[in-house]
This record gives sequence, structure tokens and C-alpha cells, in this order.
Amino acid sequence: MKGIVGRKLGMTQIFDPESGAVTPVTVIEAGPCPVVQVKTVPIDGYEAVQIAYDAVPERKISKPELGHLRRSGAAPHRHLVELRGGSELQVGESVTVETFAAGDRVKVSGISIGKGFAGTIKRHNFSSGPKTHGSHNIRKPGSIGASATPSRVFKGMRMAGQMGARRATQVGLVIHSTDPERNLLLVKGAVPGPTNGFVEVREEKRR
Amino acid sequence: MSDIIATLERQQLRDGLPRFKAGDTVRVHFRVIEGQRQRIQVFEGIVIKRQGAGVRETFTVRKQSFGVGVERTFPLHSPKIDQLEVRAIGDVNRAKLYYLRDKVGKKARVRELRQ
Repeated sequence: MKGIVGRKLGMTQIFDPESGAVTPVTVIEAGPCPVVQVKTVPIDGYEAVQIAYDAVPERKISKPELGHLRRSGAAPHRHLVELRGGSELQVGESVTVETFAAGDRVKVSGISIGKGFAGTIKRHNFSSGPKTHGSHNIRKPGSIGASATPSRVFKGMRMAGQMGARRATQVGLVIHSTDPERNLLLVKGAVPGPTNGFVEVREEKRR
Repeated sequence: MSDIIATLERQQLRDGLPRFKAGDTVRVHFRVIEGQRQRIQVFEGIVIKRQGAGVRETFTVRKQSFGVGVERTFPLHSPKIDQLEVRAIGDVNRAKLYYLRDKVGKKARVRELRQ
């Protein structure tokens, strides 16, 4: 599977010089990611390629991680990501944005923007109660079940709680263009996560 | 905004655009693609706002067409703008001339700036 790790820089728009059409794009600074380990069926039970991203000083990462990276000859990196599936990549090679070309279909994963402890209106699109006429039910969730039968609340009931700051994947995205000189990927549309958040870009199989 | 995005946007900026602000009367020559043919449509009116920055900046032009107010928003740096002429410079006290929407006839005019 083709893939790369990068950092989301933000969004902008690109004019098409001929038609003048505006395309909203997310700019991702990705790679180069050294290949750290190639996993195979006989040894690991499955096929995968492990790549590293975001070079950091040696003191920033733990000694076990450092040893793992040293075995492949890669410099210390903050993130390790596995790309499942067979590949021709070898340890010591590096993955760059040239893996992708304009028009490729991709999916992008990242940690979504955290919204904190959110109520049911924001988190599950519940409707709010009346604001006037003596109402005390403005942002309350309403009934969460019946009484003596079943005398418990069903599992999975939608309630208030942590919203965002969890892994999210946006599928159906298309690469607008790449810039190998500056290690940039321009993806059409929006991508999960805040500016400067880490994102994983993987190819998407056509359905 | 990151430097890289700022550079990407700077590359797309058009040069040779005239200076204008809200209240000015402009004539926009806009390229319209109709199937195979391409022609130029002219839209002339008062600029009621400029909005956004860099390559994302847009401006809105308002005119009266057969007694109906028509507003059209153009991306300032769009390659579809063939030509942009400033016909008159207006004397206004606001950056956004939304009040023109509530005026009709002679009151919906903007005083011209005296040099």
C-alpha cells in the first residue's frame, strides 16, 4: 500500500489558469519518511512497511525506540507508522511525496480537533428545548429511557462526553498536485485535525 | 498562516490590477465560457465591499438592472477577469456599503470624490 506521513499546514485555494475554477485544497508537508522495517508473513505474520516521520534530537525519544531506529540506520524520528500490505520498499529507502501523483484517490487520517466535554446538542445534533416561556429544558438531553422496565439505561445511549481529539479518517479525497521540491501534497478538500497536526495519507482502493 | 501557504498564494496573485475601494464605480470584463465558445461579459456598478486577503480576496459589485438590484461577487485574482476598469472614485465613509441595498432611485447613488 502506498502511503506517507506528514503535517497539515492549513488550507488555501488554487485557481485553474484556464477555466478559472477555484479548488479548495489542504496543504500537507509530507516526508521524506525513511523505511524502518519491512514486516513479512514468515516473521511477523503479516506484510507491512514501517516508516518514520519528523526528525527530532536523540534525547527526545525513548531508548527502545532509538535502538529500533538505529537498526535500520535511520536518524531519530518522532513518529512510526505502519502501512499494511506488500511493497517493493526496502529498509534504508525513503518515501517521498513523489509516491503520489495528481489525481490519485487517497484517504487521510489524523487526530480531529478536540472539542472537550460537549453536550448532546453539539455532540449528537440533538435539538434544544424552548428558550422562553419559563423553560428549564434549554440544553438538556431529555428522556434516556423508561422506568421499572428495563430499570436501566441501555448501552450506547447518546449522551454528553468527550468530543473530538480522536482518530478520524476522511475518505474519498483526491490529490490536486504535488511539489517534490518542498515536500508538499495538495489534497482537494478538508482533512481531519488542527493546523500542524500529524496526518497519514494512504492510497484508496477504487470501489 | 504558514510561510509555505503564503508563498503558494503569492504565486497566484495577479499584478496590474487597479487600486479601488468600496464606493468606486468599476467595469468588470468577465470571461464567460459557454460550451466551446468564450465571450466577455461586462458588469458595471458600484463596489459595495472588498473582503478577504491575499489570493482569497473578493469584491462585490452592485448595479440596478431593469429596476432590480443585482449584486455579483468576483474573486479579485481570478484569471477569468479579463479587464478591470475604474470608472469613478466614490466619496464614502464606510468600507461596506450595505446601506445602498435599502435605497432606491436617486438615493442609491454614491457621491463622486472631488479632486
